[in-house]
Amino acid sequence: MIVADKKPVEEIIEYVKDCKKILVLGCNECVTVCEAGGKKEVGVLAATLRMYFSNQGAEDVQVDERTLERQCDHEYLEEIRDIADQYDGIVSIACGVGIQFTAEKYHSIPVYPGVNTCFLGVTEQRGLWTERCQACGQCILAYTGGICPVARCAKRLFNGPCGGSSQGKCEINKELDCAWQLIIDRLKAIDRMDLYEKFFNIKDWSTDRAGGPRKVEREDVQI
Amino acid sequence: MSAKTPSKLEKVMAAGHLGVTSECGPPRGSDPEVIKHKAELLKDCVDAINVTDNQTSVVRTSSLATCIHLKLMGLEPILQMVTRDRNRIALQSDILGAASFDIANVLCLSGDHQSFGDNPQGQNVHDLDSMQLLWTVRKMRDEGTFLGGDEIKRPPKMFVGAAANPFADPFEIRVPRLAKKIEAGAEFIQTQCIYNLEKFEEWIRLAEDRGLTEKCYIMAGVTPFKSAGMAKYMKNRVPGMDVPDDVVKRMADTPKGSQAEEGINICVETIQRLKELKGVSGFHIMAIEWEEKVPEIVERAGLMPRPETD
Ligand code: SF4
Ligand code: SF4
Repeated sequence: MIVADKKPVEEIIEYVKDCKKILVLGCNECVTVCEAGGKKEVGVLAATLRMYFSNQGAEDVQVDERTLERQCDHEYLEEIRDIADQYDGIVSIACGVGIQFTAEKYHSIPVYPGVNTCFLGVTEQRGLWTERCQACGQCILAYTGGICPVARCAKRLFNGPCGGSSQGKCEINKELDCAWQLIIDRLKAIDRMDLYEKFFNIKDWSTDRAGGPRKVEREDVQI
Repeated sequence: MSAKTPSKLEKVMAAGHLGVTSECGPPRGSDPEVIKHKAELLKDCVDAINVTDNQTSVVRTSSLATCIHLKLMGLEPILQMVTRDRNRIALQSDILGAASFDIANVLCLSGDHQSFGDNPQGQNVHDLDSMQLLWTVRKMRDEGTFLGGDEIKRPPKMFVGAAANPFADPFEIRVPRLAKKIEAGAEFIQTQCIYNLEKFEEWIRLAEDRGLTEKCYIMAGVTPFKSAGMAKYMKNRVPGMDVPDDVVKRMADTPKGSQAEEGINICVETIQRLKELKGVSGFHIMAIEWEEKVPEIVERAGLMPRPETD
C-alpha cells in the first residue's frame, strides 16, 4: 500500500489560516491502514483546526469533515461535486495521488496536502511501516529472491552487497537490515545461490520515473 | 598476465613485481598546491596514485581534475569513480575526459552513502552499480563503443580496477563477489584496510582455489594508525572495517608519544607478512592525510626502489 505520515498541524494551519470554510477530506484506503488519513484522523485534524480558529477568536470559521472510499477514483470523488465549491480550501489527507486527483477535479478550489506521502510499503507491526517497492516499472524480484534492491538497498546495488555491510546491517544505519544480506539469506533458503553468481547487467530505467510520467493502458478492460 | 594498456601499474605487476599504490585525497578547496605537495611526497615510492572521488561523501576538488594535475606533473594517477553522484552519461563523459589526458587507470566504486558527508540531504544517483561501471569501462575500451552502441573515436585505454572488502558481511559471499567483479571486467583489486590477517589470508586462499588470483592482480590495502584513538574509531565506527582486539590493545598499550611510530610498525609488519603470501600482487597504502609517512613505510617494508618500466 501507499504509506503516508501526518504533516505537523502547524504546517496545515499555515495553508488554511485565511480560509473561512474548510473541508477536511480523508480516504478510506491505504492512509486509513497506516493511520494517517482515514476517518479517525479527519476527526482529529478537524477538531484541532476548530480549536485553533476559536483560540484566534475566529468563531465564524467552519471546518467540515468527509471521508471518501477513495480519492484516486472518479466515481468516489464525484460524491463531493455538489458541495465542493462551498469551500475556500480542502485539506486532503489522502496520499499524494488522492490530493492531486482532488485538485484536478475541483480545479478552482485550493487543495492542500495534510500528509507527507512516503513510499510503497507494508505494515510490519502496528505503528511500523517499511518500504518495499519504488515502482520502477520493470520488476526484477525473480532474480533477487523476492527482495527488492532498488527499494531496500541504500545504494540500489544490483550485484551487492557493498563493502559496508556489517553483521547483516546496512552501512547507513545499524537498525536497518542490509538488503543484500536478506537477499542472500533468501537465495540460500530457496537453494538458488546460483542467481547471485550471475552478473546483473545495467538496468533500463526508462520504465522508472526517469522516463517521465508513466501510464498503464489496458485496451482489454477499456470501455 | 601480460599488460594490455599503457598503465605503468599494470606493467609493473605484469612483470612480476609487487605493485605499490597510495592515495591522494583532493583538497576541500581549489588550491592546486595542496595536490602538488602531496604528489611530491609520494612520487618516488609508488607506481601510481589513487585520487579519491569525494570520499566519505564530502565535497572536494574533483577526482578528474586532480588526476590531470598529477598527470601534468608526470605522475601516474588512478581515477577513482563512484556511481553515487553521476549517471551513465556523466560517467562515460568523465572517462573520455580522463582518456583525453591519457590517464591510464580507473577504479570503479559505488561510494559511501551521502548520509556520511556534508550534504546528507542530497539525492544519490546510482544509475549504475560499481560492477556495472566496471563493465562499462571494459566495453568502452575493448569494444570501442559507448553503452548506447555508438563507436568511440580513440577509445579509452585504461587498466580497470575495483575495490573488495574481505571483511564485510556476509563472508561466504566475499569470494563469489570477487569472481563477479572479475567477470564484470576488473583487472586489479585494491582491498579494504587489512588488520585481521588470518581472515584476509583465508579470503585470498579461497580466491586462489577458484583461480581468481590468476585472473586479476590483488593489491592488499593497508592504513597506518596514527593513534590508539584512531584504531578504536576504525574498529567501532567505520562500516565494514575489521580491527581485531589485540591490534587495538597493542596501540592502546603504547605510550601516547610513540603510538604513531607503533602504527607504522604494525603497517610495515603487515606488508612484510603479506608479501610472502601467494596471490598478493601489490600493496595499496592508504595513509589518510599522512602522506609524508608513505616513503618510510615503503622503504621499511623492502619495496624500494620502485622498478623501472619502459
Ligand atoms: S524491482 Fe521495481 S517493481 Fe519490483 S519491487 Fe523493486 S522497485 Fe518494485
Ligand atoms: S550495506 Fe547492504 S543495503 Fe546497505 S548499501 Fe550496502 S549493500 Fe546496500
